[in-house]
Amino acid sequence: MSTLDIKNLQVAVETEEGSKQILRGVDLTINSGETHAIMGPNGSGKSTLAYSIAGHPKYTITGGSVTLDGVDVLAMSVDERAKAGLFLAMQYPVEVPGVSVSNFLRTSVTAIRGEAPKVRTWVGEVKEAMAALSMDPAFAERNVNEGFSGGEKKRHEILQMELLKPKIAILDETDSGLDVDALRVVSEGVNRIKESNDLGIMLITHYTRILRYIQPDFVHVFSAGRIVEAGGPELANKLEENGYAEYVTA
Amino acid sequence: MSTLTTNYLTPTGREEAWRFTPLNRLQGLHDLSITIADHPSLHCDEMPIGVTISSQPSLETPPSSSTDDVAALKARSASSTVTVLAIAPDAVINTPIFLKRESLGQISEASRVVIRAGNHSKATVVVENAGSAILSEDVEIILEPGASLTFITLQEWENDAIHLGRHHAIIGKDATFTSIVVTIGGSLVRLLPTVEYAGPGSSAEMLGLYFAGAGQHLEHRIHVDHNVGHAKSRVNYKGALSGESARTVWIGDVFIRAAAEATDTYELNRNLLLSDGARADSVPNLEIETGDIVGAGHASTTGRFDDEQLFYLQSRGIPEAEAKRLVIRGFFLEILSKIGIEAIEERIMGRIDNELSSVVIG
Repeated sequence: MSTLDIKNLQVAVETEEGSKQILRGVDLTINSGETHAIMGPNGSGKSTLAYSIAGHPKYTITGGSVTLDGVDVLAMSVDERAKAGLFLAMQYPVEVPGVSVSNFLRTSVTAIRGEAPKVRTWVGEVKEAMAALSMDPAFAERNVNEGFSGGEKKRHEILQMELLKPKIAILDETDSGLDVDALRVVSEGVNRIKESNDLGIMLITHYTRILRYIQPDFVHVFSAGRIVEAGGPELANKLEENGYAEYVTA
Repeated sequence: MSTLTTNYLTPTGREEAWRFTPLNRLQGLHDLSITIADHPSLHCDEMPIGVTISSQPSLETPPSSSTDDVAALKARSASSTVTVLAIAPDAVINTPIFLKRESLGQISEASRVVIRAGNHSKATVVVENAGSAILSEDVEIILEPGASLTFITLQEWENDAIHLGRHHAIIGKDATFTSIVVTIGGSLVRLLPTVEYAGPGSSAEMLGLYFAGAGQHLEHRIHVDHNVGHAKSRVNYKGALSGESARTVWIGDVFIRAAAEATDTYELNRNLLLSDGARADSVPNLEIETGDIVGAGHASTTGRFDDEQLFYLQSRGIPEAEAKRLVIRGFFLEILSKIGIEAIEERIMGRIDNELSSVVIG
């Protein structure tokens, strides 16, 4: 049982016009096995929340805390956060020319597990995980995210999640750019990993569409850098009907 | 020497061609008033059937190309003999032909080499340079019609080596020339990989990889002379620099003459600055005298690590130093994988890893 505890998190980003406050006191607790949907309009700071927790250097923490099972996440380097059990599935996964998917996965898994996976079992493990996401085995020889379609990039993110077995995963707009078939495959992958690993999930999305495939236990409405309303799955239905208008005030 | 000194002057450093080069480190290789030794320094362990190597009097093998590079002219004039490597017409040589230079020593030397690839022959020639040297070379590569030649030069010199070289290819009708230049060692290396065409349907692919550490000056001056029509050229050089006063210069001159209709050319240079105190100059030049071409373009980028790439790798648990190593290996792989000789690819990657291990954290 793991707990990601976010308390009064405040984050700023440096712009040409100076420091700009994005997160204005976020409070959120995610336990193993729970799925929390974070929903909100564009520009409300949802992605900033995701990247701040993962440790992107662009963001400056100006207040509050993030702990995983009581350990200070914000004091860790980016790779240490991953080793501690955090995973960020990115909205725009980055191309890494000249680095093959198989090399990348192996390097990553070796770092997370603390030892190189056994050659005998590793190939089968990757093949199985790829097959479960309907990925062509030839995919492993391509360069990381280079020339991938939107759907391929997202499957590749979920593939990594499957192999790295995090405690808490943050899925940043994993549904964006996916057609219905790809959305179904990716969602099934997320549900499968959640089942087998008792994964805690922060599911960031603009649309309710993905919530038909991944059932949230909690829904939080995000606006202007903080959570402005929280509820159960029924809150998503309300958002579906009414949109974000009532939360976006001038 | 007399004809040289009347027509040419010792560079002062103000000339366009020499303005980047620290002349005071050249040990006189460029200085027309200083005599340098003639050294037939290339040797080979064994020659496959269909390939011959011989030493011939320079007078009987006059140069096939003209140049205004003073160092190359001086190397020609100092060379009483020329090493001639000949690949027989129609010969298909499946194993690479290795030529070596090792530890030439501390005297200034000149070397003239001619490589002649016969009609429809196919071969790979690898020149391996290692050890110490003060060397100025003039290499001419002649591809007869239909020939396919891959010419690989590896500059894995010791840190005190000085090396000037002109590698000029004359590419015949329907011939295919691939040049791969790897420059990692040496105190000062200044190479001129240049091509001209002798008939249509010909193509040149010129690839390069360089890594300059502290104090190294690595200069590559590419010149592609599209002097005939229906010829193609691709240039792709990638470099990395790290350490105080690490210096690279890349010049990419592509000249499309009025007669060169249907030319297809693209050149690219990318540099990665891995530390403060390093400097990369990158100067692509495209001169076009005819509008009737298939394509002509160039791109040049010089920058530091891509933060987003590093963040992506680190967010998967990969420590910063290893993430940087992955990115750099990936950066060079595009060029390195074209060598196609596994032992050499691994050796070069090993040297790059060595260079990185001292600098990657920072």
